[in-house]
Amino acid sequence: MDSTLSRAIALKVNGKAVQATVDVRHTLADFLRHQLELTGTHLGCEHGVCGACTVLVDGRSTRGCLMLAVQANGREVTTVEGIAAADGALHPLQQAFMDLHGLQCGFCTPGMLTTLVELLNDNPDPSEAEVRVAISGNLCRCTGYQAIVDATLAAAKSMRGAAVAGSTR
Amino acid sequence: MKPPAFAYHDPQTVEEACQLMSTLDNARLLAGGQSMMPMLNMRFVMPDHLVDLGRVSALSAIEERPGALRIGAMTRQRDLEYSPLVRARCPLLADAIQWVGHRQTRNRGTIGGSLCQLDPSAELPSVCAALDATLTVQSARGTRTLAFADFPAGYMTPSIEPDELLTHVELPDWPAGHGHGFVEFARRHGDYAVVLAAALLAVDAAGRITRASVTLGGIGPAPVRVGAVEQALVGQVASATLFRGATEACRSIEAMEDVHAPASYRQQLAVVMSRRALEAALASIGSPASSTGAAAH
Repeated sequence: MDSTLSRAIALKVNGKAVQATVDVRHTLADFLRHQLELTGTHLGCEHGVCGACTVLVDGRSTRGCLMLAVQANGREVTTVEGIAAADGALHPLQQAFMDLHGLQCGFCTPGMLTTLVELLNDNPDPSEAEVRVAISGNLCRCTGYQAIVDATLAAAKSMRGAAVAGSTR
Repeated sequence: MKPPAFAYHDPQTVEEACQLMSTLDNARLLAGGQSMMPMLNMRFVMPDHLVDLGRVSALSAIEERPGALRIGAMTRQRDLEYSPLVRARCPLLADAIQWVGHRQTRNRGTIGGSLCQLDPSAELPSVCAALDATLTVQSARGTRTLAFADFPAGYMTPSIEPDELLTHVELPDWPAGHGHGFVEFARRHGDYAVVLAAALLAVDAAGRITRASVTLGGIGPAPVRVGAVEQALVGQVASATLFRGATEACRSIEAMEDVHAPASYRQQLAVVMSRRALEAALASIGSPASSTGAAAH
C-alpha cells in the first residue's frame, strides 16, 4: 500500500473505536457517509458554505467537507447519530427541535445540532444574538431560523435546569 | 465536487516539511484547509502532492516575546479567539478574530493559512498590516524575516517562494492602554468584508494623539495603510470632529470593483468604516480588555 495514496486510520466515531483504510483524497464527510454508512451527516455545497456536513472533531464543530478523512486519524468524531444518549433518549436540543418545529425538511438539521451542541457546551446561557451568530455558518431554507433559535434557547434553559437539579441532588 | 487525486504527506517537523517542499514537484501546503479544501473540491487547484502541516506541533503556539506576541503559523483561529494572552496583549486581534468566517471554520482555520491565502477582504492580513507585523519564512535554503508591508506581491499572492513556508508571525506591542477599533461591513455575518477598517491610537495625558495606525481591507488588492489619515491625526487632540475631517482622505483611495459593490461604494464605505474604527479606538483607550463588538451591523 502506497501510504501517500491510501492510509490506515484509527479513530473514535460516536464513542466507538473504528479502524479503516481510506483514500487520502476522501473527505471526512464522505468517509462517514460511504465507508461507515453514517448518512446522518449531509452534504450540501461541498465547499464550506452551507454547514450541513458539520460534525464535532474532538468536541469542536468542523466542516466535514473541509477536512480529509486521513486528518481524523487519532481523533474523536461525533456525528448527529452520536448526539442522543446511549439509551436512545434524545438530546435536549433534539427534543426542543421536535417540540418547537426547529426543522422542516431536515437537511440542515445535523449541522445545526452539532454546531449548537458545541455552542451550549461552551456557553450554557447564550443570548438570542449569540445563537444567531453561532448558526451564521449553517444555511436553512425552510424555517427562517426563528424556530431554530427558539428551540436552542429552550434547550439551553432545560439543560441549565437539569444541571441545577443534578448539583442539588 | 471531490478533491482530485494527490499524494499526501504529513511531516512532523518544520525541517521535514521544508525538505518535502524543496524536493516535490507541484506540491501545495495544507494549513487549516478552510480555503484550500474548497479549492481542491472545486478543482481550482490540482496539486500532485499535498503537504499537511497539521501534525507539525511546533507551529502552534502563542508566545510572549519582549515587545511582541509571537504566533505560530498553524495556530488555529479558535485558539486566538479564546486566548487571554491575545486579549491582553493584542486586543485588536482579539476583536478582529470574531469576524473571521464562522465558528466551524475558526475551529480549523489558522492564522498562517489566512495570511498566505491573502484574500484582500480577510481580517487577519489587515490586522498584521495595522500592527506592522514581522513574518518568518523558512525553507530548506534557510530562514528569513520580512515586514508584512513587503509580504503582498499582488492580489492574493504572498511574496514567498514555492518551497518556502510561513512559520511565525510577530505582532509588536502597542503601549498599554492604547485604543483599538475593528469594524467591518459585510452582507451577512461571516461573509468576507466588503470593506473593513482597523485603527490603533496612542494618546498622551493631554489627549493628544502620539501614534496612529489606520488600515483598510477589501478596498485594494492587499490591505491599505492610510498614511494620509495617520499623519493628519498625529499631534492633534483626538475627537469625533478630527476623525470626520481626517478620514475624508479615504475617498480618493483607488478601489476595487466587483459583483458586491462598485468602487465608489467602497470609497464611501472606506470613509465611514475608518471613522467608526477610530471612534471605537478612542472609546477603548485605557481599557485594553474592552471589545469594540459588532459596530458595523
